This record gives sequence, structure tokens and C-alpha cells, in this order.
Amino acid sequence: MNRLIVNDAACIGCGECIEICPFGALSLQADKAVVNDNCALCGACVSHCAYNALTLHKSSQHGTPHPDSWRGVWVFGEMIDGVLQPVVYELIGEGRKLADVAREQLCVVIFGNDTDDVCDEVLGYPVDRVLQIDAPDFSVYEPGLVSAALTALIQKYKPSVMLAGATAIGRELMPRVATFCHTGLTADCTELAIGSDRLLEQTRPAFGGNIMARILCPHHRPQMATVRHKVFRPALARSATSPRGVVERVVLPAGWEPAPSARLTRTAFQKLVGEVNLAEADVVVCGGIGMGKPENFKLLEELAALLGGTVAATRAAVDRGWMPHERQVGQTGRTVAPGLYIACGISGAVQHVVGMRASQKIVAVNHDPEAPIFNEATVGIVGDSVQVVSEWIRQLKACGGERS
Amino acid sequence: MQIAVCVKQVPDTADIRIHPETNTLIRDGVDAILNPFDAYAIEEALRLRDRLGEATVTAVTMGPKQSEAVLRQALAMGADDAVLLSDRAFAGADTWATSLTLSAALKKLNAKIILCGKQAIDGDTAQVGPAIAAHLGFSQVSYLTKVIDISGDCLRVERLLDHGRETVQVPVPTVMTVVRELNNPRVATLNALRQARNKPIPCWTSQDLLLNAEEIGLPGSPTEVREIFSPEVRGRAEMIQTQSIEQAVTLLMQRLGQLPGEDRP
Ligand SMILES: Cc1cc2nc3c(=O)[nH]c(=O)nc-3n(C[C@H](O)[C@H](O)[C@H](O)COP(=O)(O)OP(=O)(O)OC[C@H]3O[C@@H](n4cnc5c(N)ncnc54)[C@H](O)[C@@H]3O)c2cc1C
Ligand SMILES: Nc1ncnc2c1ncn2[C@@H]1O[C@H](COP(=O)(O)O)[C@@H](O)[C@H]1O
Repeated sequence: MNRLIVNDAACIGCGECIEICPFGALSLQADKAVVNDNCALCGACVSHCAYNALTLHKSSQHGTPHPDSWRGVWVFGEMIDGVLQPVVYELIGEGRKLADVAREQLCVVIFGNDTDDVCDEVLGYPVDRVLQIDAPDFSVYEPGLVSAALTALIQKYKPSVMLAGATAIGRELMPRVATFCHTGLTADCTELAIGSDRLLEQTRPAFGGNIMARILCPHHRPQMATVRHKVFRPALARSATSPRGVVERVVLPAGWEPAPSARLTRTAFQKLVGEVNLAEADVVVCGGIGMGKPENFKLLEELAALLGGTVAATRAAVDRGWMPHERQVGQTGRTVAPGLYIACGISGAVQHVVGMRASQKIVAVNHDPEAPIFNEATVGIVGDSVQVVSEWIRQLKACGGERS
Repeated sequence: MQIAVCVKQVPDTADIRIHPETNTLIRDGVDAILNPFDAYAIEEALRLRDRLGEATVTAVTMGPKQSEAVLRQALAMGADDAVLLSDRAFAGADTWATSLTLSAALKKLNAKIILCGKQAIDGDTAQVGPAIAAHLGFSQVSYLTKVIDISGDCLRVERLLDHGRETVQVPVPTVMTVVRELNNPRVATLNALRQARNKPIPCWTSQDLLLNAEEIGLPGSPTEVREIFSPEVRGRAEMIQTQSIEQAVTLLMQRLGQLPGEDRP
């Protein structure tokens, strides 16, 4: 049976574990910690206890046989319409560091049709190997097919680490692959490192960004993670002196195909037109309830256009129908991390902030000097958002006019 | 046709904070709520039932006894049945073990259309739905925005990817995870809530699901939480304080390097 055990001899009754427990599962009785039925065995208290008075007792754990024989860091080379997605370059940059620390190879996996050029492009970056799976079947992305093929490759090559972007595609594909491989998957990581025990330390926000959790996958392989956009810097091109990697054209092992019943058939695709993909935008101008009315979002669009960015909204604004759902930033919307994030008339609720906190610079405009958004922002202006945005547009146009 | 909805009880994260000095979670007065995304899943299950004619909707949750509350909410909205999966042996489950446990129950229920929320707001992993599909060998539709039509053993649905809307033909059995734009969940009437309170809800344990202790709960979970801590905070913004908005905007643009000749990093 799995249990959290309190070692009464070591417990000094300090109560620190009660505070840290996210589930309210601990209390003090006669100056010793006691565990109740709420305990989810998350282990938060175990690492927090300075007196080593808490241990998680596990009944036997079955992992992947010979986990140390699994080697190599893999990156899923997500493509849309034959174009490698920006997050892939970020994964290559981070994957390179991990591979160097682990003294393992970095490998990018490319699924598609006519991918020679893409593979060649990837070799311009510091990767050791590109696994190329090139077939007409892969010309249109289909999760049933790609997850089955990636699983077959993982089982054949046995990489130690598998990374993918926390994109719509990455987040639907990786849980399938992890389930097929019987291994762990950590979603939406914001930090990765190889620990002293050679395990991948995966850090991610939880509880709407209120807490961070460091997660390991000690006994199963590969150690899988999806990684948020723009958290890591994109890889720099390979230096002229460093060795160029190789492309390996892969033949999938026999019997890899998924059953037809597990496949989707695309009958139509409607591109989001005329819009920058929110997650990839360098400037995001986001409006909240403090914009007053939907017409004022036109101003945000104008500002965004002048700054080469795109418009977003808070959930409260989306719920009022001021902007479509796909423009929502936050816990239940998109995560963005642009160079510049402009928050106009936004209070700064934690569910909103978790979706934009990683932005490089944050400008906040709010008429309430106490608005929590000012605790997240780089620069703040206390004032009416409509007036400030209008003035900003005016001055941008004025100096743009001077220059031309 | 058996339709199942997976629902989860989550803490209302709006209320969870970390104490700035002691660095610990402040839990006081945190409510437990139905995962917001799951309300859309329940609503769509009910609508599918109506469209299909002969179908029943069963709500399923895995969790401690008190998570029964979300099942009662589903019943009050109009689900026909509910099943609670509760067992000490389920505790400590990560998404792998959770989805395995749910899959075993869904198999026992003979569910053919399974709806899940896109993600649960406590863990935010968005993994359980796709993992159930993988465990059961079903087709998987993530980010469902519309069920266009139903014909025989096939659905035609629309889903939202980062770069566009995809219409796909989906073989049933299937697992679909839903996003908010799908529908407007109905609100249960007081009367329905009262009736739901008295409806018996069976509780299944690991034995009922024929699951081994080492594949569920903590031992069945490949991932381990090593530590939790509070995120770094940025500290207060540099505030631009001036008499006029015009001046403030000029200073802001200087600060951002948007004025010619005034570039600052
Ligand atoms: C489970 C859950 C998930 C959620 N997910 C998300 C999410 O993904 N994204 C999200 O954004 N929210 C999310 N929320 C909602 C979130 O808690 C907040 O309610 C929301 O972000 C508030 O939006 P807002 O800042 O636009 O509105 P408000 O909180 O109403 O803030 C408006 C702000 O505008 C200021 N203001 C008003 N008038 C002016 C003016 N003329 N000039 C300047 N400032 C002005 C006010 O001082 C105020 O600070 C979620 C909530 C829950 C419970
Ligand atoms: N313990 C659980 N019981 C029932 N359904 C769950 C449970 N955990 C997750 N789910 C379902 O899976 C979805 C995604 O959850 P998650 O993968 O935790 O983000 C939720 O919206 C639920 O529909």
C-alpha cells in the first residue's frame, strides 16, 4: 500500500508541512504531524520537511527495463504547411544544452512529405542527427498517424529525452505517445535541466500559475516534456567550425500503422487568415474590461498595426463578446511571451497573468494605481486606457511621419 | 449509444495564493468547483444524446469521496447516471495512472463517445483526454468546437488548432476534448439540484475495475513531483508619473526605444 509515513521520532511538530500541503491533508496531534484521507501522495511535504520526518512509501514500481541504456535527446520537429514552427528552434537551443550536459546526441525528428529542404535547414543548427520520415501519408498532419509512427521510432531508437512544443499539436500528440510508450509526460515546462542524478528536471507552473512544480520521471523512458513557446531562446546557427549533423532517412518498422478506427480524416481546413498567430507575435496588445466598449478595440488594433503586433483580450472581454475566443490570453486561453506585451485596462488576475508572465517587457495602463497588473509590469502608466492608447497612436504616427 | 463525460473536482484557483513571506500556500476558503471546461463537455454530451435519440449520458470522476459533488452537478444538468471512482489505491495518480483508471471504468461502461474538458485548471496538463483515447485505442479529437453531423458510426466535427479550424471525419468510438466556444452550458434548476442530491451514485474501487495496485495511484505514475515552490515575482513596475498623458506617452516611448534618436535598451 502507498502511504505517507510520519517518523514520529524525527518530527518536531513545527507544522511547516501543514502549510505547504496543497490538499490540507496534514495536521498536528500531540505535536506530531498526522496524515488524513485528503493526502494525494504528491510528496510536496517530503522535500519541504527540514527534519526528514516524512517519507512516501511506495509499493513496488515497475519502470522501463534498463533505463540507462536509453540515450539521446529528441526534439519533435513540428511543421505546419511544410514550415518548421518557431518553437522547434527554441527546443533545438535548449535540447543542445541538455544533450551536452548528458553527453548525448541531439536529434530532430521530421515528419512530412518532400522534407529534404527542411532537413537541410535543420542541419544549419547545432544538431547531431535528423531523423527524416518522408512519405505522402504525412503531408497532412493527422494525430493518429504521427503518434503511432513516433511511438514506433522511440521504441526502435530508445532516446532518453523527448521534447515537443506545448502547441495545440504538441499537446495532443505527446500524451498519446507517452501512453503508448508507458512513460511520464510533463506538460508546459518553463525550465529544463539535467540533474546530478542524470535525470531530466522539468519545471512547470500549476494551480493557475500560483505555484511551480519540479517534476521527474525517474524509472520510465523516454522522459517526455512539452515546452512553452518563447521560454527558451532560439538556437543560433551552427558555427562554421562545428561538425555538421547527418540526415537519416528512416524506414518505419513493420506493423507501425494505427488501426483505421484511430484515424481522423481531414475534410476541410480554414486557416486563421490575416492574423499573426498570437503565440508567435512579437508584440501583443491586450485589452480588458477597462477598454470600456468593443469599439475601443479598434484602437488596440491600430496600435498593434503600428507596432507590428497583434491584438488579444482578457477572458472577461471575450466573455462579453468583445473579441473571439481564440484571442484570449491566460490560463484558459493562449500562453504568449512576446518581446512587448501591452496590457490596457486589465486588472491582472492570476489566471490572466499566467498566460503572459514570460513576456520580455510588459507595459500596463490602468486608471487604478492599486491594480495588481502593476506588480507584473515593467513599465506602468496610471491613466485612462483609451486616452493613453489614442495618444500613443498619435505620437507613433507623428514620429513615423517625421522619419519617412 | 453510451456517452460518458469525465469530470473533475478542482480547487477554485482564483483563490489559491502563496504567502509572500512564508512561501507557503494559502488555502483558507478555497472552494472546490467543477472544472470549468468540464461543464462544456457535459453540455455537449447532453446535446449529443438528444441528437442521437437513443443514448444515455454517464458522468465519471476519479477522486476522493467529496468529489461526488461534481457528479451531482452533472446529474442536475441532465446526465442519466454517474459513477464515482474512489479508492485509497488511486491516490497520487499522475495523468498516466488517472487515464488508465478512467479508461477501465469507461470500458466497463461500454462508453463509445467520451467527452473531456480540454484541461483541468489545477494541473493544466490537458493530457488525460488524449491519454484515455490512447489507452482505449479510440480515435481522438482535441479542441472540439462543433459537432457538425452524425451519421452511422461516424461524426463530422470541427476543431481549433493554433493556425486554423479543421473539419474532420471521426470514427466512433472516440474521445473528444472540448474548448469553451463549443456551447453555453445550461444552468441546473434548483429542483434538478434537489433531485440529484437523492440519486444513488455507485462507487467503484480498484477491485471493481480489476486494476492491479502497481499500475494505479502513486506506484502506477511514471512522474514524481520533486518539489513545489512559488514563482518568481517581478516586483512593482517602474511607474511613469507626469502631469499630462502626452508627456507620459512620450516618456513611455523613450523607455521602449520607440522614439527616433532616443533609443534606450
Ligand atoms: C478558472 C478560471 C480561468 C480563467 N482563465 C482566464 C484566462 O485564461 N484569461 C483571462 O484573462 N482571465 C481568465 N480568468 C478570469 C480572471 O480571473 C479575470 O476575471 C479576468 O482576467 C479579468 O479581466 P479584465 O482584467 O479584463 O477585467 P477586470 O478584472 O474587470 O479589470 C478591468 C481593469 O480595468 C481598469 N479600468 C477600468 N476602466 C479603465 C479605464 N478607463 N482606463 C484604464 N483602466 C481602466 C480597472 O481598474 C480594472 O483593473 C479565469 C478565471 C477563472 C476562475
Ligand atoms: N480525476 C479525474 N476524473 C475524471 N476526469 C478527469 C480527471 N482528471 C482529468 N479528467 C478529465 O480530463 C480532462 C483534462 O484534465 P487534465 O489532463 O488533468 O488537464 C478534464 O477536463 C476531465 O475531463
